[in-house]
Amino acid sequence: MVSLSQRVSVPARRSLEAIVLPVAALAVALIIFGCFCALAGANPFAVYGSIYQAAFGRWSAWQNTLIRAAPLMLTALCTALPARLGLVIIGNEGALVMGGLAAVVVGLNVGTSLPPLVAQGAMALAGMVAGGLWIMLAGALRHYRGVNETISSLLLNYIAIALMNHLVEGPMRDTSFVTKPSSAQLDPSIVLGTIPGTRIHFGLLYGLIVCVLAYYLIQRTTFGFAARTAGGNIRAARIAGLPVGKLTLAVCFLGGSAAGLAGMVEVAAVQKRINESVVSSYGYAGILVAFVSRHNPLATVLVAVLLGGILASGGILQRAHDLPDATVLVFQGIVFLCVLFSDSLYGKLPWFREMGEN
Amino acid sequence: MAAESLGLWGIPLGIIAGTLRGSAPFLFVSLGECLTEKSGKINLGLEGTLLMGAMSAYGVSYLSEGWAGPFWAPWLGVIAAGLSGMALGAIHGWLSQQPRVNDVATGIAMIVFGSGLAFFLGKPFIQPQAPQLFTFDWGSWSSIPQIQAALKISPLFLLGVAIAPLLHWFFRYTRWGLYIRAVGDSPQAARAMGISTFKVRMASIVAGSFLAGIGGACLSLYYPGVWTERISSGQGLMAVALVIFAKWNPIQCLWASMLFGGAQAIGPAFQAVGVDSYYYLFNAAPYILTLLIMVVTCSPQRTLVGLPGALGKEE
Repeated sequence: MVSLSQRVSVPARRSLEAIVLPVAALAVALIIFGCFCALAGANPFAVYGSIYQAAFGRWSAWQNTLIRAAPLMLTALCTALPARLGLVIIGNEGALVMGGLAAVVVGLNVGTSLPPLVAQGAMALAGMVAGGLWIMLAGALRHYRGVNETISSLLLNYIAIALMNHLVEGPMRDTSFVTKPSSAQLDPSIVLGTIPGTRIHFGLLYGLIVCVLAYYLIQRTTFGFAARTAGGNIRAARIAGLPVGKLTLAVCFLGGSAAGLAGMVEVAAVQKRINESVVSSYGYAGILVAFVSRHNPLATVLVAVLLGGILASGGILQRAHDLPDATVLVFQGIVFLCVLFSDSLYGKLPWFREMGEN
Repeated sequence: MAAESLGLWGIPLGIIAGTLRGSAPFLFVSLGECLTEKSGKINLGLEGTLLMGAMSAYGVSYLSEGWAGPFWAPWLGVIAAGLSGMALGAIHGWLSQQPRVNDVATGIAMIVFGSGLAFFLGKPFIQPQAPQLFTFDWGSWSSIPQIQAALKISPLFLLGVAIAPLLHWFFRYTRWGLYIRAVGDSPQAARAMGISTFKVRMASIVAGSFLAGIGGACLSLYYPGVWTERISSGQGLMAVALVIFAKWNPIQCLWASMLFGGAQAIGPAFQAVGVDSYYYLFNAAPYILTLLIMVVTCSPQRTLVGLPGALGKEE
């Protein structure tokens, strides 16, 4: 009788480890979260059931989940791409806001003068450029001035939000809209449509396409190889003659442009104007998605769908179990901590190790 | 309005008042971050600690008013804020010292977890009014209400001002201060001395989080003196930049905190005299200031003066 551990080859076990550990981390997070809910006086199994129903239970729930997953895929790349270069960028929210702002400015100026598809393309491009430049600024400060990119990108979040608030309170304000200070509404003809037969907007396709492209770029091109080399050992990369500065700027630009595109999707498909609602935690949740997917753009799609489901279940937790809406945030925090801890277990569990290594 | 009668003098007065009021949370958080970073670890999660501290201080002050009275209840709140900070700090200290776990990533996770927990537990305390800490009214000599309001000094602020030189002395002249600096500068040397880097870092992070929790109490029990989910505007995160600006020196943390508190007061001060067209841009002043300071003080060629050698390095 051949034992299981002898039948599975070593490389297969390595890749199995990369799947088993995050899944185990999620399972442990669910258990801890269940205990938390029990302490708060809710039945954990009923809470799990509600989350599942609200996230993936029915087709309409799936649609809600996917609508939320679309911006998450894009904002996650803002952290995931620079992470391959060894940078920790958390300016996702700011890049999203700048992207949304640029898209609205272009959308309002273009109006109906261009065919809708061209107008949408221009808005997407504007969003990507604005978001990209915003994060590239953090990358440039890192490269030329040695400023910590985590802190600068974080400060840029607050600056972007202040800029947006200033514009919608003053120069861009639509006085006919009284609910809250906002820009004027985009012309209905240039609003992103929905995928036929669903309520899901085309932003989901944007997200999927960009994630696949990002995966291809990082894993299959010379550029991606250079970025990963520099991320692994920056000194070796310099000695090998890699243009570390240009790589830093380019990767930060690409990451930021993904988050900027998320901003464009949010304003062009969901909000239809820009105001404070665009600052809706997709940025910070994107950081979580990036870390849980271990900065792999394809895994990002999966994790974004999972987290989109969790976000979609926020309302039901409040209505059915009398839990505050911050419950979802607590759950995210627990998942994040468990996943980080699971990182320290790589190579430690005997079964995943090579035979003679013990 | 009295503000109008002061004319443009209302602006500097407003900024001074805001400095005295708003620098206390910066001071506590930056001292906490300074203590943490001296041991060679970064704690970005102090933003979550600050929120958790603000919530626990407010909640405990409100709940204990019945039997502790309106004078002592807020002080129980301050202690609760520190203890809740220590609890979060213990999680960060343990997790960020596991192999291959990045302390920056742990910090971000702790922001999510800490703020989530604070909003979750703090939901019932958004409406009720909790007893506030008393203040020293050093402005009663003046008949101008703005000056009276500006010189309402919190004992917490004075406590923070006292802790800054104390911490400086602690780092420089005590055995434990030396341990922390050794662990932060050269963990290998510290281990050779027989010091447990794990324990020293754990203690530094937990103690730093205690201070940051009290910083949260400044927000909810002094100024602005309420508990809402938007009470912190990133002070916990700015503390990291502030410590860099202060060159890891507790006494300079004091000056830096006052600078940041003042920068934060620019927007409201202009608004009070009727200039509010740039309110949001003025509100971004602390962030822009932080960024500019970092651009000026950092350099890719040389390491910063006072930078703990092992900070941000994987072992």
